[in-house]
Amino acid sequence: MDSLTFGAINIVVMAVVMWNIPLQFIPLMIWLERKGAAIIQDRIGPLRANIFGIRLFGLLHTIADAIKLLFKEDIIPNHVHRLYYVMAPFWSMTVALVPLMLIPIASPLQIGAHLFRFQVADYSSGLVLLFAITGLGVYGTFFAGWASNNKYSLLGSLRSSAQMISYELGMGLAIVAVLMAYQEISVSSIVEKQSGMMKLFHWVVPLPNWGIFLNPVAFVVFLVSAFAETNRTPFDLVEGESEIVAGYHTEYSSMKFALFFMAEYAHMVVASIVMATLFLGGYQIPYVTTEQLRHNSHYALCAILIIIALLCLIAGIIVYKRAKAYGMSFAEKLGKKEYFVISYLLFAAALMSIFLVPLVVQMRFAALPSQIIVAALQMMALFGKAMIFLWLYVHVRWTLPRFRYDQLMNLGWKILFPVSLLNIAITGIVISFT
Amino acid sequence: MVESLLFIILGAVLIITALLGITRTNPISSSLCLVFAFLSLASLYAMLSSAFVAAIQVLVYAGGILVLIIFVIMIMHLNEKDLVHLKPKYMLMLVTAVIVVAGTLAPCLYVLSRSSFFAAQTLPENFGSAELIGSVLFEHYLFPFEMLSLILLTAIVGVMVISKKKL
Repeated sequence: MDSLTFGAINIVVMAVVMWNIPLQFIPLMIWLERKGAAIIQDRIGPLRANIFGIRLFGLLHTIADAIKLLFKEDIIPNHVHRLYYVMAPFWSMTVALVPLMLIPIASPLQIGAHLFRFQVADYSSGLVLLFAITGLGVYGTFFAGWASNNKYSLLGSLRSSAQMISYELGMGLAIVAVLMAYQEISVSSIVEKQSGMMKLFHWVVPLPNWGIFLNPVAFVVFLVSAFAETNRTPFDLVEGESEIVAGYHTEYSSMKFALFFMAEYAHMVVASIVMATLFLGGYQIPYVTTEQLRHNSHYALCAILIIIALLCLIAGIIVYKRAKAYGMSFAEKLGKKEYFVISYLLFAAALMSIFLVPLVVQMRFAALPSQIIVAALQMMALFGKAMIFLWLYVHVRWTLPRFRYDQLMNLGWKILFPVSLLNIAITGIVISFT
Repeated sequence: MVESLLFIILGAVLIITALLGITRTNPISSSLCLVFAFLSLASLYAMLSSAFVAAIQVLVYAGGILVLIIFVIMIMHLNEKDLVHLKPKYMLMLVTAVIVVAGTLAPCLYVLSRSSFFAAQTLPENFGSAELIGSVLFEHYLFPFEMLSLILLTAIVGVMVISKKKL
């Protein structure tokens, strides 16, 4: 196989994978958001939808939602501008899915003479392009609001665009400081730079060489701006229900509304993965380099098994604690035993993976399998880090109230903007001395 | 083969969207056409191995300046009646296009075609990278670059002075 064919296959495979990652995260995030709300407000949360009594902890609600939205009547009001009205949700969703194509999710595999990248495009100025594409998302809201020909929609879209423009400045300047710290502009080399230990003025600091430790101010500015860019709660004036009905998607129904809804969650997933990549070392595992992992791939496989066992154990305990109460309240057919069965299965899986550990420790892997094992561990690391941010999104949504509009603008222009400018100056001074 | 096909498609999209951009009466439509024109122009830059310029083209023009333009258009909220006298005058446009092409582009192309500008040459190693552009901009052309930013600042201050009655 020549290198061009291999490269084309690599790009197509990874494009399909990367395209699916946010799409698969969306139902999970909707479930997590509802359950998170339930935990914070001391409720049970969604648990009504069932198939023959099987409820899967309310996960079926997401499927029920999707079916409901698919079968609803798709109304296009007469007073809208048809082309832009139809285009807007598709634009939002497309722009939400594209940025992930520039992010590596594991270190590349060496297959024979070829290099298999876990990244669709290793663009030389990838970080700039990433933010350029994210900036295009504002057109979706723009055209939705304008084409709806409705005052509330127009107000919502004007609010959203003003907010996005303001916070893009702070975000971009935070990124400049990060770029100065790494002295790199391609996403894959930024991630590679974050392996190993942090060095400050020739001393080794016992911290991983991550962006969050190199440039904490930029991280805070970026985090706040990312919340504003995704229109999440402290900044969700775009759809302030009490003021402007539902904002830019007031006139949308059925699957077109669902596309806006999905685009919001896809934006969250992408923003979380970008933050994990820039500030939490991407796929890097703290204190261990990729080379060390590849030489000791049996330990890497052990680590994967232990993580799986721990996750299964925690999930099993949570399910088992609720099994009895839920079995009593849902006394229909299979529902009575469901939670017990699931918790026993989880315990069995945990035990299985623990028993596999002593076997795996004695195994030695060839070059390619060990690379694949390390790649799997690195993907788990990246998505674990992204989950931290996704949970933060949910937690913030159910704990913080909405900002007033002038507070939002003050925060963007009078706090984040000067702080990130100052941060650039300080970063420059520190870099010139090291 | 693939490259020339892509070039033809992108060039066609660029020309068509640019033409649509100047012939639409609705300012929102023409700005959307301009977005697509900028995007295809950025792809052309990327094909000509100027990756950084392509990214900046999308970031600054499609993502920044045009958003502000659309923002202003939306706040003005023009209705159909206001737009009637904005119908494009095709004859005038054609004459302008002919004058521009004949007066500026054609002499430039003529001079360039006689020089070695179009001759095939190998690109330097890091052509189009952010490092090269940065070093050219901030070492060789530092003074004009800083003067440009001063001119932009003057424009901003001027707008403030004109628009506010009481400073």
